[in-house]
Amino acid sequence: MKRRWRRMALLGVVSVVAAACGGGGGGAGEPLQELGDGEGQVNIVAWAGYIEDGSTDPAYDWVTQFEQDTGCQVEVKTAATSDEMVTLMQEGSGFDLVTASGDASLRLINGGTVQPINLDLIPSYSTVDERLQNASWHTGDTDGDGEAEHYGTPYQWGSNVLMYNTDAFGGTAPTSWGVVFEEQTLPDGATNAGRVQAYDGPIYIADAALYLMAHEPGLGITDPYALNRDQFNAALDLLRQQRTLVARYWHDAFIQIDDFTNEGIAASSSWPFQVNLLKAGGAPIDSTIPSEGATGWADTTMMHVSAPHPNCAYMWMEWSLNPKVQGDLAAWFGSVPAAPAACTGNELLTDEGCSVNGFDSFERIHFWKTPQSDCFEPGSGKECVAYHEWVTQYLAVIGGR
Amino acid sequence: MSVGSDVGGFPDAPGARPSVSRRVSAFFFRHPRVRLAVMLGPGLAWLGVLYLGSLGALLVQSFYRLEEFTGLMVREFGLATYRVLFDRANVDIILRTTAMAAAVTLACAVIAFPLAYFTARYASSRMKALLYLGVVMPLWSAYLVRVYSWKLILAKEGVFNWFVERIGLDGVLDALLRLPGIGGPSLSQSYLGMFIVFVYIWLPYMILPLMAALERVPATLLEASGDLGARPGRTFHRVILPLALPGVIAGSIFTFSLTLGDFIIPTIIGDSSFFIGAAVYVQQGTAGNLPLAAALAVVPLAIMAVYLVLAKRAGAFEAL
Repeated sequence: MKRRWRRMALLGVVSVVAAACGGGGGGAGEPLQELGDGEGQVNIVAWAGYIEDGSTDPAYDWVTQFEQDTGCQVEVKTAATSDEMVTLMQEGSGFDLVTASGDASLRLINGGTVQPINLDLIPSYSTVDERLQNASWHTGDTDGDGEAEHYGTPYQWGSNVLMYNTDAFGGTAPTSWGVVFEEQTLPDGATNAGRVQAYDGPIYIADAALYLMAHEPGLGITDPYALNRDQFNAALDLLRQQRTLVARYWHDAFIQIDDFTNEGIAASSSWPFQVNLLKAGGAPIDSTIPSEGATGWADTTMMHVSAPHPNCAYMWMEWSLNPKVQGDLAAWFGSVPAAPAACTGNELLTDEGCSVNGFDSFERIHFWKTPQSDCFEPGSGKECVAYHEWVTQYLAVIGGR
Repeated sequence: MSVGSDVGGFPDAPGARPSVSRRVSAFFFRHPRVRLAVMLGPGLAWLGVLYLGSLGALLVQSFYRLEEFTGLMVREFGLATYRVLFDRANVDIILRTTAMAAAVTLACAVIAFPLAYFTARYASSRMKALLYLGVVMPLWSAYLVRVYSWKLILAKEGVFNWFVERIGLDGVLDALLRLPGIGGPSLSQSYLGMFIVFVYIWLPYMILPLMAALERVPATLLEASGDLGARPGRTFHRVILPLALPGVIAGSIFTFSLTLGDFIIPTIIGDSSFFIGAAVYVQQGTAGNLPLAAALAVVPLAIMAVYLVLAKRAGAFEAL
């Protein structure tokens, strides 16, 4: 009796350990060759506000029509960070699609979590902004046949901006990110120390690299996401200097809004979302893209490697490129459509909407992508600092090391 | 002589089958070991598989390491991850968290003691119920809501600053905020503010066990101490404190371990410096560095183990 119990306990421990050790793996299957009937449902992991069915505001609804046309019921699971998206997809509990940003998409591709898609089944792909069609954050030659596979359809993109308090800057827009990196006296006569914020994510190291790209050409940075050891250390030094100025790092849009309202913050990297909300509330706030350019995000609808509803997933990807959907979404989210046709004639976005949200700054934006140890050039022999080290080092910088 | 049909005292008529529930209870009556297994099984399975199992998995993970070049996890046993754990940046995080937990525990004990003492000794039963309710009531509202409202209260343009200015103490507050290490641009952006919020959030967990412990201290002992000539201070030191020590230790285990593990407050209040909880969250989520996250998560376990051993040495569990 006693011995049997012991054996069963051992079995339990072993199975727990085995479960912990298992997971991962799962090869990418062949993409769908022919569109079949819908499965009646499609499950999407998305940013909050990305997939609206009219329940928040009846004017913003790009789900109901799709459901009527295809019979595919849309189920949305919202995620708050790229990391949450990656985790949700890796756990693989029945999700078909994810609206992944560039700092998640390569992780999903390399981890074998998403599958290549068959562009023949998405006729609208040709209407996608040519600047996005073959972007590096959703394509890659993973099977080694010399031809890049596509891992999804571009959804929306946008830019990080320099948000500033117009009172502190005397009504003129700052022209350089220097106001958040270098100690200086702002036009209102007070120092910027304790009055600036920085983004609380390791990807922000790229913002420092972007600043150095313009001001320290000797470092030879060409891509703020592909940094060799020297460039990476220089960026960290700049961030350590910034640490002495930063009162708090932000990651929650509403905390940042609160800090600009109640803590007297003068400048920070931010998103159009916060700028629009603060301006709408009458705060003395504006934003700009300084001379160095800016980092930004571009989101891609990607398909899970074992998506349970592949036909509905393809139908959604096709639908998501529809100009009406793209324009309504851009108006709602403060982003730029992936399909330029959406920029004209959309009631909600208006004809100025695209340029207000940054359509013409595309060349000045360096889009988020997960840093890779091979500098995005496999086989070139180059060595870049990998993302996990970005994380540990940025943690140390915030901790004052 | 006829043999009675109700053998063993069962009242059932001969031939009739006993009901199902009776047969089940009879079965358990005859097999006490099975009964014990059925009663203890669910709880033990929960503890054994879910709790100890996941703890074991955590420990195992912490001995894996992350391959430097690819950033992928290598499932080989080794101490590489623990070497990373003792990098200066990580040691900073551990020390920062432990110092905060110790300060919060101390402050909670000092604040909670008089309140608990009054409630246990002097309050009428009506008053006692009221005080008890007052202590427990904050726990009824959501933790996040309370932390966010503290952020607003402590903001530079928040109500606390306004009040301090009104009573003319803003100079004192500014001087406090200029202190190196614990200061900052405003209370909500400093360690001082974080400390205040931590103390507020965990205080009930100190008060409740203290109340229970102080209620058990017999009043006669205090009178005896006075009769034998001890001044109040001496009575407190030699009688009340030793007898209430189990309560203090129980409360401090709550406040200390809860502060060690919290990852919400340090991300909302303070200057964004990392604490163990937040570092674990970032390492496993953002960095995908499960081994380091696991190793970091082992730290509070180790600290608590040391703490409990010290508490036992101090005789905290003898009076239980």
